Amino acid sequence: MKKALILFGLAPLLLAQSEPKLVPDISARSIEIRYSFTGAQLLLFGAILYPGGRVPRKPADVIVVLKGPVEPILVREKQKIAGIWMNADSNRFRSAPGFYAVASSAPVRRLVDERTAAIYELGLQDLQLSPGGGALPEKERRFEAGLLDLRKRQGLYAEHPHGVEIADGVLYRARISIPSQVPVGTYTAETFLVDNGKVIAAATREIEIGKSGFERWVERTARRHGFLYGLAAVLLSLVLGWSAAAIFRRRN
Amino acid sequence: MDIYLPIAGLAVNALLIVALGGLVGLLSGMFGVGGGFLTTPLLIFYGIPPTVAVASATTQITGSSVSGVYAHMRRGGVDLKMGLVMIAGGVVGSFAGAGLFRILQNSGQIDLVIGFLYVLLLGGIGGLMLKDALIALGWVTVAEPKERPRHNRWIASLPLRWRFYASGLYLSPLAPLALGFAAGAMTVLLGIGGGFILVPAMIYLLGMAPRVVVGTSLIMILAVSAVTTMVHAMTTQAVDIVLAALLLVGGVIGAQYGAVLATRLKPDLLRMALAVIILMVALRMLLGLTWQPDEIFTIEYL
Repeated sequence: MKKALILFGLAPLLLAQSEPKLVPDISARSIEIRYSFTGAQLLLFGAILYPGGRVPRKPADVIVVLKGPVEPILVREKQKIAGIWMNADSNRFRSAPGFYAVASSAPVRRLVDERTAAIYELGLQDLQLSPGGGALPEKERRFEAGLLDLRKRQGLYAEHPHGVEIADGVLYRARISIPSQVPVGTYTAETFLVDNGKVIAAATREIEIGKSGFERWVERTARRHGFLYGLAAVLLSLVLGWSAAAIFRRRN
Repeated sequence: MDIYLPIAGLAVNALLIVALGGLVGLLSGMFGVGGGFLTTPLLIFYGIPPTVAVASATTQITGSSVSGVYAHMRRGGVDLKMGLVMIAGGVVGSFAGAGLFRILQNSGQIDLVIGFLYVLLLGGIGGLMLKDALIALGWVTVAEPKERPRHNRWIASLPLRWRFYASGLYLSPLAPLALGFAAGAMTVLLGIGGGFILVPAMIYLLGMAPRVVVGTSLIMILAVSAVTTMVHAMTTQAVDIVLAALLLVGGVIGAQYGAVLATRLKPDLLRMALAVIILMVALRMLLGLTWQPDEIFTIEYL
């Protein structure tokens, strides 16, 4: 212990470059949603550059966070009233990410303290959801738990406490799967290097997830030209219905 | 074979959706109903967002009613004048329904209202149909039913009477207009064509000649579901054309086989089968309202 302390104190003097650096990368800079899209797997990987190229005896840990676009949502809760389940209560969250996955080389709570986890949003419990004001804290917690549980089961929120592998103390990689119902938008992949409960390096990359080709065209047309889109849908149904009838009449 | 639905925003098994469309088409061909009352709940059950399910099922109703309308037109089984009056009511009704849909959606009670209406309508109609079919089959005997007056007294007392030659009626257009209005609002709210409600109402309330009832209700459903698709496309923007196409491919083919099958089965048995299916859907909906749902929490985007 004493030796370690001395080493720690001497470290800045011994090394020209005092802080380790992160060089992160992602297997894809953009994900295109096409007709055959059933989800995707992202590989977040990179290297840890220790000063002087020397890997310490106890290598630092890595936490990777992939976060989707933030959007305001309303969470409704069903309750049994007079024998019938109906929406009875609701709570607003102004900044819930549409996708959130965290992977780490060891459980986050063992790596950092609560305060640090809250600052960097390193875990589902530490997401800044900005609940709408006025609600009792107890109610807010209930809705937050409900939201987290729902999205976890949909595969939109995930925690992988041992999802980061570190090879030889310098190369790290984490695999994060994305389900088909992810929202589109700009995602951020953040990588944190953690040592002794402190974040000593961080790096951010952006990933664009968007619909492309036919899917993009359909979605745009539906949004911008509602009338023409509706007309196309009606014509499609008329033509299909008519042609099926015509074909079968000839056969019979 | 998975396919990504651009509006619903998720991937579905294309073959399963085509098969679902085919099954519903088979029923609609057999019984002459749109089949929306089956498509919408099944799509929601599969995980499609409810608004997308309602909007896209409407498109399928249009497709599956086309061939029926064509067949009845050739046979002269359509009262065009009556149909136009009902369509006028239906168009207004679908706009009113869209407004109501938005209000209910904002209050968070849309699912409850849809569930309730399904249970009430399907339960009521299914029960009546089952009773009729059982009596017709001779499996149940009832005390001599009293003769029904052909014209409802209330409806006969409405002012401004018109002559509807094909239906053999001299009555106020306000009655079919109101009927069309109700069917239009229902199409938007529930994603059902309303054929199984229109047909008995046209027979028992309006007293139309049975020969033109099915054809006229089909043309009304065709027009109203087309308008409803437009309303959805322009307001909720929830029509998923890929989903609709998959349903249609199965649906229009199924409808043809259903029509062939219908000629080979005893009509009363057919009616009883439809009644049982309708009652089962109603029961499923009722259980959904009273049993603890799988998801207590739901998310709505603002």
